[in-house]
Amino acid sequence: MSVNEATGTRPRNEAVPGAEPIIVVDNVSKSFGPLQVLHGVSLTIERGTMVAIVGRSGSGKSTLLRCMNALEEINGGTIEVCGNKVSMGDRPSVKRLRTDVGMVFQSYNLFPHLTVLRNITLALTVVQKKSRAEAEAIAQKVLAMVGLADKAEAYPEQLSGGQAQRVAIARSLALSPKVLLFDEVTSALDPELTGEVLKVMEDLAREGMTMVLVTHEMAFARRLADVVVFMHQGKVWEAGPPAEIFADPKTPELRQFLSSGL
Amino acid sequence: MITFSSTHLIYLIEAARWTLLLSVLAFIGGGIVGLALALGRVSQIRWLRWVSSAYIQIIQGTPLLVVLFLAYFGLSILGLDIPPIVAAGLSLTLYTSAFLGEIWRGCILSVPKTQWEASNCIGLNRLQQYRYVILPQAARIAIPPTVGFMVQIIKNTSITSIIGFVELARAGQIVNNSTFEPFITFVFVAMIYFAMCYPLSLASRHFERKLNVGK
Ligand SMILES: Nc1ncnc2c1ncn2[C@@H]1O[C@H](COP(=O)(O)OP(=O)(O)O)[C@@H](O)[C@H]1O
Ligand SMILES: [Mg+2]
Repeated sequence: MSVNEATGTRPRNEAVPGAEPIIVVDNVSKSFGPLQVLHGVSLTIERGTMVAIVGRSGSGKSTLLRCMNALEEINGGTIEVCGNKVSMGDRPSVKRLRTDVGMVFQSYNLFPHLTVLRNITLALTVVQKKSRAEAEAIAQKVLAMVGLADKAEAYPEQLSGGQAQRVAIARSLALSPKVLLFDEVTSALDPELTGEVLKVMEDLAREGMTMVLVTHEMAFARRLADVVVFMHQGKVWEAGPPAEIFADPKTPELRQFLSSGL
Repeated sequence: MITFSSTHLIYLIEAARWTLLLSVLAFIGGGIVGLALALGRVSQIRWLRWVSSAYIQIIQGTPLLVVLFLAYFGLSILGLDIPPIVAAGLSLTLYTSAFLGEIWRGCILSVPKTQWEASNCIGLNRLQQYRYVILPQAARIAIPPTVGFMVQIIKNTSITSIIGFVELARAGQIVNNSTFEPFITFVFVAMIYFAMCYPLSLASRHFERKLNVGK
């Protein structure tokens, strides 16, 4: 149940011997006005691992993810990503963070007025100053990776939810992030469309991408995560390898959560 | 008695050029200042928000007629002798910008917050977010209310007759005074107004369709 259990697990990549933390969350607290949402959360995420954060709705999972990506300002503690301290107010630090971290949202958040191709090339040309041709070559490559090479000219509204989410993943991938954050990326999808998105995520995991996902897909987490983190009432309640977490919950809260079928 | 003739029609059309010129001044001046006001209203900088908001409140709370009087007679009392066209252009710019600023602010705010977040997460700075993500989406929403307001402006330019412009409405009055044929005179006046406003509606529909491809 202590935090450092998370660090004690083996990275999936056997090529990486020993621990190499890429995200270090230390004693973080976060409030929205009078409502304290995170109560001293600590968590270490190793390079090349997949960490699945599970827990009831309202337990602070999204908030934690958003704090890691400087979308919310924390009120206490520290977060380090790729060796840089995360702080919303510190522009150079946020800029570095944006090159290191990609994020995929439950509601895809594609740009509706741009084609799939332009959704992906936008940051490549505007932020990374790549030439249009180079950007489009990268876009085609990542689209092929998510199985949507033929959708480059489509607009987001012409895609199914599963396709839109795969484009969103491709948009993040195009920027070659070191870490990808996923916030319930299959929760808005019809059940028959979740598989194609999970498949893409599985491919990424196998290639050694560092991934942090908030998810309700327990079977997926159990099968692929290196570490499962159970959050409850704004705290990391338990963390460890899926085998332990699922088979041998230490706390009644986790036991109850697992048996509730969520 | 003089009857309505082609001379009168030509006189009306010539006067309509003033209406057109004043409208164009209002659109250009009001559009530029209006965009600045809209961005000021949603700025992260507090004093910019405050200044834009105060500007909009004051102008919206003042009749165009009073703005026009202030610009024309008020400034001349202060020793600034400005030509009517400048006074009219200035007043219409002030008036139009306040309303466009408020309309466009609403359009910017109606772009979902998640679009800001997504574009932030891929590294765009605030200017780039506006340029590539927020304003294009806001523009699509802005077209119908903007065109509606432009049509109002075309008609509102008639108020400049008060400082001596013989624009379309005033010209109609003059023609009527000499022909005593109000019906035919004002039917022509109305038709000319329509001829100026209708293309705007057509253009609006065209742009909406064009911009809707990705919607
Ligand atoms: N922007 C916000 N303003 C106020 N309260 C918020 C905000 N975001 C989240 N919360 C609150 O914080 C708590 C945790 O939310 P969240 O992190 O979204 O939980 P989870 O993702 O685990 O469902 C909830 O009570 C939620 O209502
Ligand atoms: Mg959530």
